Amino acid sequence: MDISHSVLLIAIISLVTMAIRFLPVLIFGRKQKTSELITYLGEALPYAIIGMLVVYCMKDISFLDKPYGIPELIAVGAVVLLHLWKRKTLLSIIGGTVIYMVLIHLI
Amino acid sequence: MKKTFLSAFVKTLPVMGTYIILGIGFGMLLEKGGYGVLWAFAMGVFIYAGAMQYVAVGLLTSGVAALAAAFTTFTVNARHFFYGVSMIDRYQDTGRYKPYLYFALTDETYSLVCTDDIPEGVDRNRFYFLLSLLNQCYWVFGCVTGSLLGAASAFDSTGIEFVMTALFVTVFLEQWMSGKNHLFSLTGVGLSLVCLMLFGSDYFLIPSMIISILFISLYRKKHIKKEAE
Repeated sequence: MDISHSVLLIAIISLVTMAIRFLPVLIFGRKQKTSELITYLGEALPYAIIGMLVVYCMKDISFLDKPYGIPELIAVGAVVLLHLWKRKTLLSIIGGTVIYMVLIHLI
Repeated sequence: MKKTFLSAFVKTLPVMGTYIILGIGFGMLLEKGGYGVLWAFAMGVFIYAGAMQYVAVGLLTSGVAALAAAFTTFTVNARHFFYGVSMIDRYQDTGRYKPYLYFALTDETYSLVCTDDIPEGVDRNRFYFLLSLLNQCYWVFGCVTGSLLGAASAFDSTGIEFVMTALFVTVFLEQWMSGKNHLFSLTGVGLSLVCLMLFGSDYFLIPSMIISILFISLYRKKHIKKEAE
């Protein structure tokens, strides 16, 4: 393990991540009043982005090979049902995850 | 002030569970790669990006070149740019909290802030700040705990990464049940599925974000008309 190179890598990863996070406010945040389009995107984008993140989490499932994404589909179904039933976020998350962890051992 | 803290704390509980579990996973992985608890702590504090930290373990252990690390970080984290874009208005008048709020805008923090259900009688800026800070505390706690557990335990944590999927699914459902804007949710899911098929799982996220922004901008006129009615 090369300590100074590791420190350098962590510094670079941190700085690039920060730059990405600060860039929007440096580009769009200066004006006194934000443009209507940015306001509109601020309202609309979160819906689309969360939809994307759901797909993102499931991007590596292979439906053609064993186990055909069955554990994921059942576990996501469980999260949805739990959430529609009790609407307690923590319960839905923990319930779904436990079911998933059990399923990948069984299937 | 106590009320602000309490409502922020309650709101972050789902992320607390997710972050501690995911952080532990990361800490264990890092420990396996030969990097101990101080490394886990520093990465949680300075990088503070879940998926990227998992990727970083591989970068560190294989000792890649600096430029390669910069490029990988850019591709994995570019999505955060779009979170920033949608926070411009919400974070406009946050004063001294502003730099930290943008620094700490992770997937999960984003998903909490963008639901816009700030309880009455709480200081909005402090509320945002506490959400962000509490989440990072959970994350760092998880990273450190995982690192400490890593050496000792033989706990089979396979599948634990599903907490992240479950979190986003519940946020998605919450947005859906709020009744409005189903069109935007469907746009996000639909376009990202199309892009996943076109670009493959490593590269689809950025194209789908750009195309979604274009689509959503096209809906704009219709949307404004509907709001006016």
